[in-house]
Amino acid sequence: MIKKLLGTAAAAALAVGLMAGNATAQTKVGFIYVGPVGDHGWTYRHDQGRLAIEKEFGDKVKTTYVESVSEGADAERVIRKLAQEGHDLIFTTSFGFMNPTLKVAKQFPNVKFEHATGYKRDANVSTYAARFYEGRHVAGLLAGKVTKSNVVGYIASFPIPEVVRGINAFTMALRSVKPEAEVKVVWVNTWYDPGKESDAAKALIDQGADVISQHTDSPAPVQIAQERGVWAIGQASDMSKFAPKSHMTAILDIWDHYYIARVKAVMDGTWQSQDVWDGLDKGMLAMAPYNEALPADAVAMAEQAVADIKSGKLHPFTGPIKDQSGKVVVKAGERLDDKALLTMDWYVEGVQGKLPK
Amino acid sequence: MIDTTAAILLSMIAAATPLVFAATGELVTEKSGVLNLGVEGMMLLGAVSGFATTVATGSPVLGVVAGALAGIGMSLLFAFLTLTMLANQVASGLALTLFGVGLSALIGQDFVGTPMDALPKLAIPVISDLPLIGPVLFGHDPLVYLSVALVGAVYWFLNHSRGGLVLRAVGENHHAAHAIGYHVIGIRYLAVMFGGAMSGIGGAYLSLAYTPMWIENMTAGRGWIALALVVFATWKPGWVLIGAYLFGGVTIAQLHIQGLGVDIPSQFLSMLPYLATILVLVMISRDSLRIRLNAPACIGKVFHPDS
Amino acid sequence: MLLKLEPRGERSKVMIYATPFIAIALTLFFGAGLFALMGHAPQTALYTFFIKPVSDVYGMSELLVKATPLILCAVGLAIGFRANVWNIGAEGQLIAGAIAGGGMALLFHDSQGLWLLPLMIVTGIAGGMAWAAIPAFLKTRFNANEILTSLMLTYVATLLLSYLVNGPYRDPDGFNFPESRIFHDAATLPILFEGSRVSISAIIALFVVLAAWMLLSRSLIGFQIRVIGMTPSAGSFAGFSAKGIIWFTLLVSGGLAGLAGISEVAGPIGQLLPVISPGYGFTAIIVAFLGRLHPVGILFAGLLMALSYIGGEAVQIDMGMPLAVTGVFQGMLLFFLLSADVLIRYRIRRVAARPVTVKARAE
Repeated sequence: MIKKLLGTAAAAALAVGLMAGNATAQTKVGFIYVGPVGDHGWTYRHDQGRLAIEKEFGDKVKTTYVESVSEGADAERVIRKLAQEGHDLIFTTSFGFMNPTLKVAKQFPNVKFEHATGYKRDANVSTYAARFYEGRHVAGLLAGKVTKSNVVGYIASFPIPEVVRGINAFTMALRSVKPEAEVKVVWVNTWYDPGKESDAAKALIDQGADVISQHTDSPAPVQIAQERGVWAIGQASDMSKFAPKSHMTAILDIWDHYYIARVKAVMDGTWQSQDVWDGLDKGMLAMAPYNEALPADAVAMAEQAVADIKSGKLHPFTGPIKDQSGKVVVKAGERLDDKALLTMDWYVEGVQGKLPK
Repeated sequence: MIDTTAAILLSMIAAATPLVFAATGELVTEKSGVLNLGVEGMMLLGAVSGFATTVATGSPVLGVVAGALAGIGMSLLFAFLTLTMLANQVASGLALTLFGVGLSALIGQDFVGTPMDALPKLAIPVISDLPLIGPVLFGHDPLVYLSVALVGAVYWFLNHSRGGLVLRAVGENHHAAHAIGYHVIGIRYLAVMFGGAMSGIGGAYLSLAYTPMWIENMTAGRGWIALALVVFATWKPGWVLIGAYLFGGVTIAQLHIQGLGVDIPSQFLSMLPYLATILVLVMISRDSLRIRLNAPACIGKVFHPDS
Repeated sequence: MLLKLEPRGERSKVMIYATPFIAIALTLFFGAGLFALMGHAPQTALYTFFIKPVSDVYGMSELLVKATPLILCAVGLAIGFRANVWNIGAEGQLIAGAIAGGGMALLFHDSQGLWLLPLMIVTGIAGGMAWAAIPAFLKTRFNANEILTSLMLTYVATLLLSYLVNGPYRDPDGFNFPESRIFHDAATLPILFEGSRVSISAIIALFVVLAAWMLLSRSLIGFQIRVIGMTPSAGSFAGFSAKGIIWFTLLVSGGLAGLAGISEVAGPIGQLLPVISPGYGFTAIIVAFLGRLHPVGILFAGLLMALSYIGGEAVQIDMGMPLAVTGVFQGMLLFFLLSADVLIRYRIRRVAARPVTVKARAE
């Protein structure tokens, strides 16, 4: 009975396989996620990008995803399987997938790979990332406009350059509006744990923070901000429905355009390896609608900053930039280059506490 | 200073409450001689069911009830496996957690990103405004008071009621209890279901009160901490409360220390709650006789009346 | 009419081997129902889950890659569980092994000596042992329950690894990302088959299985472990040290978990990352019991458990099934496997519908 069942199963699977093999007109796009689709944060946003591909191309594409893949030994197998199963384009959406992606890419030269937030490329491996620090700059300006206590809380995940860069961009913008304001950072050592994030938000508010910014995924901090009557900035998605009164804006991850463009490039045969680090101008990130309760001049300032960043007039890391010891690291008028931004492991003046080395 | 202390205590109690529920339930289960390591899975089911029910009906009370029922459902599955089918308890509990992670994600698919209002907090005029005592004692949602009452009730039940005596007898020596005429399996079913209900409420506390939302895996390991707390408490309900508040308190305190900007890597500060729990356990464990008297002797052992 | 479990006089030889197949048959049946309910073709789903992942050489090799750390950890845990030593912190000991052994690779990153790999393995084992020695010490000296201490130390190990790869272990040329250097060839375990990721750690695991089997069935300490496991108080009458057994079992299980850890970072991963294990140390607890605490049983249980994970990936890729469904299916498989074992010691009898307790007392 079982044998028979398996026999027919094998036949059915074979048939399915043959069908897939014949349908060459369809472009297969694979995704590997580090978290569950239901995290409402990083992975959720990438999956929204995947859905955008499906919506754009309809029957011409088939998308696949594997969620909650550990960044250890599992990643290579999953990426390889996606390549083996005839995917034409594979997005590996976490930094920790970098080396496995490159390894598999070598074995499958005809498959195109796109690795998020990494720095290693190959003939068939592109990298892409968003200049989220541009959004942090805008958020910092708003925080400077609304803070009365001059203490701003920042819930951070892990001390990697991406997060440190965000803290610095935020702090500099904050102090450009309120020079005496300071940023308190609490590291929760997790990307998402609503309980811990809410505890961190409470601790920061208890220590005088009247604005909460977060580099973690869950809406818990904005909820706490609303409960305690302080302002907050959302992460990844528009979190305003979780805290309509407190949610000033959010820095949105928007992978849709990029994903659609890259799938299109594969379809047209124009795909080439590239290093993309796009910002507000290309729409890889955007600011969620500003809270109506914000002062008009604050919103105007934020909108102006977005426009200036888009036009290239404003760069958030323009000197003078001082480090925590007060030493000028970047002279007035100069800008930090991308290499310095990518590797950032020091705090600017105005951030409290030391960054562990 | 008083404000800070009050603030830390207030956060601590909220952080500890899901642990109090789950650990107290598990304590009763273990006292009957059954070790259910599936607390994390039961909490997740409680969280998602509580949330979904509250969103659907608008009633947080029904949500809490649904959380408890979901926990009971999961615990019945465990009880059937281990008490009726006599499967290994440790492995079945772990399998229950794997199952619960998947099932809760499945149920919760459509609820990710759905906002909800938190449970209202009790506010009593005048008393709530007293310094320190006011906010710490009277600034919570009803479930917090329920958790404390639960600990008291379980303490009374185990030590001063006939039912508690029977439960302990079953956990201590199931063959003897059976010989006297107690229905060992039936009593254990009830104890496991109570544990499931409390884990479910603990989970519902997370998704309804602590952080009103549903996202996958939102318990983030709290079920494991609850299990550890039962051991920490040396199977005494009062110590569950102490352990949960200690763990929650150190967690909150280390966040406050970080906010003050000390020059210690945050990873080391994040270790503190775990290290503190070990340290205190070591201090209270030295009296080995006392612990042995409290640990149920039959824990984890399979019972069949004829063997 | 009621169904009742009736004890067999002795363990059924047939059922020892038959129950896994009964369980798998039940899983296939109910699994088909589950998949159909979720709107997936049941036959295709079952085929994709169980057969397709291992239908080619690469798939088989990946099964070994996934099963090796599970088996290494589970064998060690089983030795402890048999003596009622409840080490549930194998995950932490695995990480400690990776930290210690991987540290050697980083310390001697400019050396190509043949001694480096043995040194890494030895320090890896030592790292796991050291991490397990803490619960052993606290248990024997202060009577502190090892369930709590070993579990809490797992969180500490995870945070320690996070600190190290964000700090001292960080690759100096790695853009300050939290990763160590990639280990060079002299610090990487030799591969068994070209084109696969199966390293000699698979052979080591097989050897460990055999050694543990011998230890448990033939040696004096194996005998002591069995005695203490059956009747904790008997040990002291028989004149051997319960503390000695605690130390021995914790060090062995910690050492094996450490070996698993260093084998992962010096094998398929090839560097230190903030996350090096998807919970192998916890899954190994299930594997240990699925294998009925017997090293050979653990070998098969480890392979089956590994298949259930790889199968889960396969149905996600091939059928677009969310991970949630595979998690539920995996839970179901385990429930059947665990409960089918009852048939080894008991047989199912039909009895007349009257209260069981009355009957029992009448006997």
